[in-house]
Amino acid sequence: MPHDHHDSLSPSGHPYRADDDTPLSYWQTMEIAVRELLVEKGITSPEEIASQINTMDARSPANGAQVVARAWTDPDFHAALMQDASAATRDMGFDIGPLKLIAVENTAHEHNIIVCTLCSCYPRNLLGLPPDWYKSRAYRSRTVRDPRGVLAEFGVTLPDTTRVRVHDSTADMRYIVIPARPSGTDGMSVDELAKLVTRDSMIGTGVARQP
Amino acid sequence: MMQKVRVKPLMPPGHVRTPHYLRGKAGVIERSLGAFPNPEDLAYGHDAPALPLHRVRFRMGDIWGPDTPNPDDTLDAEIYDHWLEPADDAP
Repeated sequence: MPHDHHDSLSPSGHPYRADDDTPLSYWQTMEIAVRELLVEKGITSPEEIASQINTMDARSPANGAQVVARAWTDPDFHAALMQDASAATRDMGFDIGPLKLIAVENTAHEHNIIVCTLCSCYPRNLLGLPPDWYKSRAYRSRTVRDPRGVLAEFGVTLPDTTRVRVHDSTADMRYIVIPARPSGTDGMSVDELAKLVTRDSMIGTGVARQP
Repeated sequence: MMQKVRVKPLMPPGHVRTPHYLRGKAGVIERSLGAFPNPEDLAYGHDAPALPLHRVRFRMGDIWGPDTPNPDDTLDAEIYDHWLEPADDAP
């Protein structure tokens, strides 16, 4: 049968994902019930919910890359960002809602890395949704215990002379790492620089690309 | 001088945002962040008084013990004021 994919692989060589045929969990049922009640009572609407999902999906690491590239090139903005990252990113025109953001900066002597051991706190209102591994128990538990081991698995091996600073996002703050500006980038435009800033470099599990 | 504090070694039931691995550990207040509604009340829909929140910086060696490689690496976490006590005896 043409649509029977048992024992077969997709064109990319991966197994087809199983259909989601399990019953709803208690909390999935509860979410649907609460959402339908809120709509019925006129507190929100399906259009408003869809629009919020679109707004969140439109947020991406590209926003953070613009912030980083400007911090690399504009000393006044850099100072404002380190002082109050929420205000500085709002002033750039990003709609970050109630996000309370702290910027931490990587240098030749210091490397910062962000984790949320208790759940999955992440600066979503600036960078969009976190990668799946950020929410995994392995990343959350190992980053506070053995940050250099985790970093090495991401391909970042640091000398003992570099101080590693882990930030556990336990309460109301969210964090963005300002990666070190790569060498050989003098004279590049802000837009060119932003292309060097990866999502992982703003979590601290990576470094900015070399041009 | 940075203020030395210790996280109280409490084990209360319910929703708290003080990680288990930091309880009883000493660090210094890196910066104070202002007052935020207490998540231990918010989680249950209770009125939540705003409490001072601090970023506390711990040495990895003080969290995980003297055999920790790179013991002077640090870990910062946000800890509510009512979880902290003075730790002037800490190294």
